Amino acid sequence: MPVFSYLAHPVEGAKDKLMNEVKECDHCEVIPADNEDILIILTDTPDDDAEKKLWKKLTNLKSMRSLDMIFGHAGEDARKNIKKG
Amino acid sequence: MDITRRKFIKSAAVNSAIATAVALFPGISFSAWTNKEGASGQILWEKTPCRFCGTGCGLLVGVSGDRAVAVKGDPNCSVNKGLCCVKGYHSIQALYGKDRLTKAMVRKNGKLVTVPVKEALDVIANKMQETIKKHGKDSVAMYGSGQWTIPDGYAASKLFKGCIGTNNVEANARLCMASAVVGFLTSFGKDEPMGCYDDIDHADVFITWGNNMAEMHPVLFSRMLARRKKRKDIRIIDLATRMTRSGQAADKAIIFNPQTDLAIANAICYEIVRNDRVNWDFVKKHCSFHKGKTGIGYGIEDHFKFKDKAQNSSFQEFKTFLKDYTPEKVAKISGVSAMDIKYLASVYGDPDKKVTSFWCMGMNQHTRGTWINNLVYNIHLLTGKISTPGNSPFSLTGQPSACGTVREVGTLTHKLPFGVVMKEKAREKAAKIWKVPVKNIDPKPSYHTVEMFRALDRGDIRFMWVQVTNPMVTIPNLKRYRDGAQKKDRFLVVSDVYPTPTTDVADVILPAAMWIEREGFYGNSERRTQHFEQILPAQGDSICDTWQIIEVARRMGFEKQFPWKQETYIKDIWNEYIQFHDYPAHRMAPYNLLKERSGVQWPFVNGKETKWRFNAKYDPACEQKGFDFYGKPDRKAWIWLRPYEPAAESPDREYPFWLNTGRVLEHWHTGSMTRRIPILHGSMPAAYVELNPDDAADLGIVNNSKVKITSRRGSIVMIASINGRGRPPRGMVFVPFFDEKYLINEVTLDAFCPMSKQPDYKKCAVKIERV
Repeated sequence: MPVFSYLAHPVEGAKDKLMNEVKECDHCEVIPADNEDILIILTDTPDDDAEKKLWKKLTNLKSMRSLDMIFGHAGEDARKNIKKG
Repeated sequence: MDITRRKFIKSAAVNSAIATAVALFPGISFSAWTNKEGASGQILWEKTPCRFCGTGCGLLVGVSGDRAVAVKGDPNCSVNKGLCCVKGYHSIQALYGKDRLTKAMVRKNGKLVTVPVKEALDVIANKMQETIKKHGKDSVAMYGSGQWTIPDGYAASKLFKGCIGTNNVEANARLCMASAVVGFLTSFGKDEPMGCYDDIDHADVFITWGNNMAEMHPVLFSRMLARRKKRKDIRIIDLATRMTRSGQAADKAIIFNPQTDLAIANAICYEIVRNDRVNWDFVKKHCSFHKGKTGIGYGIEDHFKFKDKAQNSSFQEFKTFLKDYTPEKVAKISGVSAMDIKYLASVYGDPDKKVTSFWCMGMNQHTRGTWINNLVYNIHLLTGKISTPGNSPFSLTGQPSACGTVREVGTLTHKLPFGVVMKEKAREKAAKIWKVPVKNIDPKPSYHTVEMFRALDRGDIRFMWVQVTNPMVTIPNLKRYRDGAQKKDRFLVVSDVYPTPTTDVADVILPAAMWIEREGFYGNSERRTQHFEQILPAQGDSICDTWQIIEVARRMGFEKQFPWKQETYIKDIWNEYIQFHDYPAHRMAPYNLLKERSGVQWPFVNGKETKWRFNAKYDPACEQKGFDFYGKPDRKAWIWLRPYEPAAESPDREYPFWLNTGRVLEHWHTGSMTRRIPILHGSMPAAYVELNPDDAADLGIVNNSKVKITSRRGSIVMIASINGRGRPPRGMVFVPFFDEKYLINEVTLDAFCPMSKQPDYKKCAVKIERV
């Protein structure tokens, strides 16, 4: 049951779009910064596979410029998967 | 995993991301994050001012059980409006360092041993009485802090000045704010800024004088940047002696040679007069001209004495005086082009622009600190840009209660909570409120901070009690004073929350309750008094600094003066203290209101705070329409003729570099708290010496190589930083002082401003060698 947090940097001018796209993803919460072009994404998935799929989905969003993992609470398998990308 | 633990992990995940974002973007906020629950159930959010700098940001601390678990900015606090800096967001972690002092210790047979607190308090009281009996009342001293709460400083002042009868009370704010105080008093007759942080929301131009706000006052800097983002014509101009993050973010960065800010300020005035940009209506009605002594020395020798003598002057004499400061002449000594000086004068002189000047240590830690404060006021007075929204000469403070405690309570040798010891009426008032005979209060000031440590070295002082500060890192020319403190027959008591180089040389250590582990008040840069409750239990045997003083006072026989109960003593002290300020120019808010609000600005009269002083539109103490500079007998602000004079020590052939010292964003002062916060320590783990890349190349020094810095007083070896966070000009190095492993103050010079007695940590001569 992994929990991760990320700092997400949208492509220029796409902060709102990215926020809406992330909101549509399952197992995700998004917290926008009030005064910078940056979002916090919190993921809370039932298992490692779901986490891996979600991570791929997030990184493939067109409005996503970069996604930096900040915090991770997960089993060994999930960590390996994340590292492998 | 149960649901509670899962919520806690999610909360930790988001808080970590917020902390990282804050480190990347100081001032960033996430108001959508409204987590209410944590590991052990509901989190209760309690308000408090931040523990660190003088900005006075409001925080909401999340408490779960007996532990602080989260921090967010207080949206109800007008100072920061919900923003915090990286230190604020991580502030609660400073409570939980592994080596927190939780037991009292007394040195026995040369070794510090744990003892019950009561025994340590007995030792302190007995030793103080024994020292007074043997060496007289002026052989004992208290050295406190701008991080003292208001009740701490008040209790210390009452015990030492009122009961014991010595004026040996000083505080580390002498090292950071004394020049600002004397600047205010000499120009306006009243201490503390006439404006407030709301000036940021009204100004068109911000000019920072030797003030790296991006790192030292990041929330206020963020407010400036936010203002600029809203309006394209807003400008930030950074006048500094080295390139910093503030300079990089400014619209224009102007680098000047150390000490020449005096000449630059006069050159700006020269241009304002030459171009007839003087606000004649304001100057004629509200200003008078004065001059003082010149060639006033630097205080390097023991027992140095100086007293200025004000003489009346005139605009005509001022105009003649300024002839020595044409932009062309000043360009030669300052390194600033005549064009840039004229540009600055045009900005200040533009009647359609509101200008706010900010400064802090660059102007205050200066052997002519009082003068440069006067000179920047001169600019604002000549142009009438003062005491109105957006027009503000604004001296920022470095510590959370440098204003509230040191300046308002008066924990400096010459001060009382109202007035100065030299004035009979002030002594009478204090004696009446303190219930002591008026003859107890000595009419003669004793030692200012540097001289107090000299007296400890000489043996004139034998007993010193240090609270909430770390002088064995911060006193300039440190080796002399550390050796002095360890001499035979010297007795040092230190109250602190962590081991430091000062507790290392202590004879008694008292563990102190930290910040929200006790109730208190701070007072910030904009005359805002901020109350905080005891939110957490004190750790181990630690006790509040105020209560430590009360316990010792009672043991010395002053029960009558310190009668308060432990349940209500903070409220009782507040109610006693505000009697000193019960007049329109300084009336303070009542206790219950302070408990409710995130700070209240004084003068607080008829239920109203005062944002701008000396302006009848806002200030209830004004007795005439328009402006009323009621602090001076002539009810005018004083424009001073103050010349440029060189630094106490300048680079020469043997020591060819300026040494400049200061702080960094991540660490508070000597790092005794912030270096226990893992993320801050990890971000900035060790001090370094910044070099100009061309100087480094000439000396064969590369990044991270070892460099020896030597002055006439000492030397230190540290790691080089080239093109790092800051970039000094050629001929200067910069060293932050947060790291006790590198005691840069063994190298600095104990010269000070003869008027304010504040040392200059920004200028001495050193040589640099590759190791």
